[in-house]
Amino acid sequence: MLSIKNIHASVEGKQILKGINLEIQAGEVHAIMGPNGSGKSTLASILAGREEYEVTEGSVMYLGKDMLEMSPEDRAREGLFLAFQYPVEIPGVSTTNFIKTALNEKRKYHGEAPLDAVSFLKLMKQKMELVEIDKSLLTRSINEGFSGGEKKRNEIFQMAMLEPKLAILDETDSGLDIDALRIVANGVNKLRDENRAIIVITHYQRLLDYLQPDFVHVLVNGRIVKSGTKELALELEEKGYDFIKDEMSLAAAL
Amino acid sequence: METINTNYFGDKFKQLQAAERGTIISDIRKAGFDTFNKTGLPTLRDEEWRYTGISNLFKKEFHLAEGEIQNTITGSDMDAARLPGHENANELVFVNGKFIPGLSNIRSSEEQITVLPLEVAAGGIYKEIVNQHLGKSSLIIKDGIHALNTSFIYGGVFIYINKKQVLERPVYIYHFSDARDNHVLAQPRSLVYVNESAKLQLVEAFTTIGSMDGFTNGVMEIIVNTNAIVEYYKIQNDGFNASQVSTTHTRQIGKSYVHAVTVSLNGGVIRNNMNLVMEDAGNEAHLYGLYLLKGHTHVDNHTLVDNTKPNCFSNELYKGILDDNATGVFSGKIFVRPDAQKTNAYQSNKNILLSDDASINTKPQLEIFADDVKCSHGCTIGQLDEEALFYLRTRGISKEHAQSMLLEAFAEDIVEQIKLEPLRSYVEELIVERLSVN
Repeated sequence: MLSIKNIHASVEGKQILKGINLEIQAGEVHAIMGPNGSGKSTLASILAGREEYEVTEGSVMYLGKDMLEMSPEDRAREGLFLAFQYPVEIPGVSTTNFIKTALNEKRKYHGEAPLDAVSFLKLMKQKMELVEIDKSLLTRSINEGFSGGEKKRNEIFQMAMLEPKLAILDETDSGLDIDALRIVANGVNKLRDENRAIIVITHYQRLLDYLQPDFVHVLVNGRIVKSGTKELALELEEKGYDFIKDEMSLAAAL
Repeated sequence: METINTNYFGDKFKQLQAAERGTIISDIRKAGFDTFNKTGLPTLRDEEWRYTGISNLFKKEFHLAEGEIQNTITGSDMDAARLPGHENANELVFVNGKFIPGLSNIRSSEEQITVLPLEVAAGGIYKEIVNQHLGKSSLIIKDGIHALNTSFIYGGVFIYINKKQVLERPVYIYHFSDARDNHVLAQPRSLVYVNESAKLQLVEAFTTIGSMDGFTNGVMEIIVNTNAIVEYYKIQNDGFNASQVSTTHTRQIGKSYVHAVTVSLNGGVIRNNMNLVMEDAGNEAHLYGLYLLKGHTHVDNHTLVDNTKPNCFSNELYKGILDDNATGVFSGKIFVRPDAQKTNAYQSNKNILLSDDASINTKPQLEIFADDVKCSHGCTIGQLDEEALFYLRTRGISKEHAQSMLLEAFAEDIVEQIKLEPLRSYVEELIVERLSVN
């Protein structure tokens, strides 16, 4: 589904990604872990199409298409979804209206008729239950005055509504208390299926306890330095990132 | 080179005065013309007119309907200009600056509202009120263009709202300029007297017919008594050949409440003077403005809040979106006189520029002569929030559509201040239509 080959990227002249390779198939859940500043969020931003980042080398193929050539909106219409680390507050734009617009632009792109009001409300209700989000949040402006947990829940709700093929959760667990984390993780788990791939970017093991990823990758200093199964995450939690760095310096010494 | 020509105003003035002398109104006109002769038209050298040039518009000779009241507007012209909600409104019509009773439609009872030609009011039972209040705006606005309106007060309207009458029907005032055959200078003049504990919703809109140039130089004076409420809405959505100076001079002579919204969407050169004089303690006023401009439209909003007594509250929020070569001016003056302790006066002006060629000049002017007051002002000029734009795009919304959603949200802050429902929906539609991408 997604094939990242040797991606190098920089922002404002500073090289952040130094050759990332990653293959993701439908149905898989991949976790990307790593210390602060290792390039995790940069990778998410490049995949979503943020313009400040410059890809200097490498390619990203998504569903057989050159993803880097696509606008952010076309990526979304082709089934990409990024749950933001810091969801933006947009005063004056109602959440419901926004999601309806997003959904219908996507449908239009695929040659489908817009959802009528009744079907839309029905879908909203169904997804609201799925991710345990309160209706009152959806009548407000996008994320305006939302708590950290509410913002993250809103991201997962949007994901449920838009039914992406590939979802990237960028530190969706950060700033969440244990109850909010459980609700968000449950929501994500309910959205797992064989046609959908999920990339979970996180610092911590605790979200992965709920999500049970198929693969874990460790990103350090712009490169994936180690890949494994979910046990790797446990090992990281236990030993910290230093053990990887130690392994790296050991390898370098040899 | 054509030059600015105002000489013909002298003859026209003499003709008008010859027809009627020794009345309250002719005396006010005389004082106005003396001022006009002294000051002439404002130029860019006048501090209050630094960014708004109107004198060049006077290179052509305007037709000035100085002594005649003549209707050239048909029913279908009228229907085309009517605003939603008109079937429930009191509708007053001006043609080329003159009030036309025959086209007007007063639906509220006589117990609630009296509408008279200004000359009739000045000669009858409202003589005292007219005598006491007409022309007081000249004490504050001393420039020549205002004096020019005063010089030619004729065919204006007097609106009187009785004590304790809460008008459920708004008053819509349509200003027509018939520019089919001539360049037209229309100078409507209105005196609105809102008595104690009354409520009035007032709407002004402007329509120029024909392709010659129209210039409307209107002055409305509104007197607000104790416990009265006035909502005032001005909708400017006229042709590019239509310029105007529109002065709304509101005096809160008793403790009262004023809420005003000015929406400017289309036109040539537009100058709005929105004055509020707080002449009693405890007055409250809210002023809002939205200018959504494109092409070469120029809109200048000058506001004045003059606090003369203690404990008054005012809040101003003006927002602008400027595209193409459009230019805007916001000048917000707040006076706090020595007696006006405990004044609360707030002001904010926010702008989004969509094009490199659009520009805005914004200037707060606070002159405070009392020591126990709370005043603040702020202004922003910027582009759309890139982060918000990106967020919307990552959900599959096109860049253009995302932009229009954000701009609509920016404008909505002002539009939602229109409390008159059919008018609010109408303005909302105009804005969505302007900003939509399809």
